[in-house]
Amino acid sequence: MSELFLIAVSAILVNNFVLVQFLGLCPFMGVSKKVETAIGLSLATTFVLTLAAICSYLLQQYVLKPLDIEFLRTISFIVVIAVVVQFTEMVVNKTSPLLYRVLGIFLPLITTNCIVLGVAILNANRTEYGFVASSINGFAAGIGFSLVLVLFAAMRERIAIADVPKPFQGAAIGLITAGLMSLAFMGFAGLVKL
Amino acid sequence: MTLVLIAVAALTILSIIFGALLGFAAVRFRVEGNPIVEQINAILPQTQCGQCGYPGCRPYAEAIAAGDKINKCPPGGEATIQALADLLDIEPEPLDAVEGEKIPVVAYIREEECIGCTKCIQACPVDAILGSSRQMHTVISSECTGCDLCVEPCPVDCIEMRPIETDLRSWKWQQPTRQYQIIASDKEALE
Repeated sequence: MSELFLIAVSAILVNNFVLVQFLGLCPFMGVSKKVETAIGLSLATTFVLTLAAICSYLLQQYVLKPLDIEFLRTISFIVVIAVVVQFTEMVVNKTSPLLYRVLGIFLPLITTNCIVLGVAILNANRTEYGFVASSINGFAAGIGFSLVLVLFAAMRERIAIADVPKPFQGAAIGLITAGLMSLAFMGFAGLVKL
Repeated sequence: MTLVLIAVAALTILSIIFGALLGFAAVRFRVEGNPIVEQINAILPQTQCGQCGYPGCRPYAEAIAAGDKINKCPPGGEATIQALADLLDIEPEPLDAVEGEKIPVVAYIREEECIGCTKCIQACPVDAILGSSRQMHTVISSECTGCDLCVEPCPVDCIEMRPIETDLRSWKWQQPTRQYQIIASDKEALE
C-alpha cells in the first residue's frame, strides 16, 4: 500500500511529468489561458492517461510479451492511445458539446501528448510494476498534469491583467513563469526514491 | 520468418479489434444534429431579418458554430452578444461597426398610398404589420425591429424607415460629457 502511495506522490510531485520531466509542454502552454478550459483538458487528459496506462499494460503483458514481439511496443502503444483518445472524444462530444467545442483541437491532440506515450513506455520499462501500480502511475501522472496546468492557468489569468513590460508580454512571460514553477518543483527532489 | 508473421498477424488482429470498438462507439455515441447550433439558435432573437448576411437566424447559428463572428446581430444587440460570448466562452465584441452606427428606426406606411397588397405582411418576420387584402395596412411600431425587409416587396414604395421619435416613453437622459477627471481611467479615456 505504501508502495502505491509513494508511486502516486512520485508521479504527482517529485517526478512531475510536466515540470520535472518536461513532457507534454504543448498543452501546458496552449490551454492554460483560462482556468475553465484548463480544468476541462485536465479531466480529459487524466481520463485518457489512466485508460491508456491500463490498456498498454494489458497489451504489454498479455500480447507483446507472450508472443515475444516487444519490439512492436511503440507502434502498438500509439495505436492503443489513439483508440482511447478517439473513444474519449466521442464520449465528450455526446455528453458535453460545450466542453468539446472549448477544448477544440487540443482534445484529439491528446494523442500526440508525449505524457501519454511516456507513461506507457516508462511503465513497460519498469518490470516490477504490476497492474495496479501501472494504473496508479498513469492516474497520478494525470493528477500531476492537472495540478500544474490549473495552477499555471490561474497564474496566467493574473498575468493577463498585470502590467508586464512590453518585451515580456504574451508567451515570453508565460515561459518565464513556467520556468519558475519548474524551479519550485525542484524542491521536491529526493523526497521519494523510486 | 515466423516472428515477422506473428508480428504482422498480432498487429492486424489488434487493429481489427480496435476498429470494431471504435465503430461500435461511433454508433453508440452518435450525436443527433449539432447541439451547439441548437443552443446558439435559441439565443438569437429569431427575427429572421437577414441583417447578419445570412438568410435567417438558424443559418447564422450554423455559421457561428463554424467560427463566424458573434457581433452581426443588430436586433439582438449587446445582450445577445454577451449571451453568445458566455455560451461559447469567447470575448464579447462590440456590435459590427457598419450595423452599429445605425440609429434605431421603425417602418412607417404612408397609408393613403397603400393599395392593400399584403406583400409587406408576408415579408415581416415579427408580424408587426396589420392589415388584410385590399385594406390599408399599418405598422405596429412597438413590435417593429427596423429590419428593412418590408421595404423591398412593396409595389408602390409606400413604406419608409423613420427614426424613432423621442416621446415621453422613449426619452432618456443624455449621457453626461466627461470633461472633468475623477479617476485615472477617465484621463485615459479622454486622451
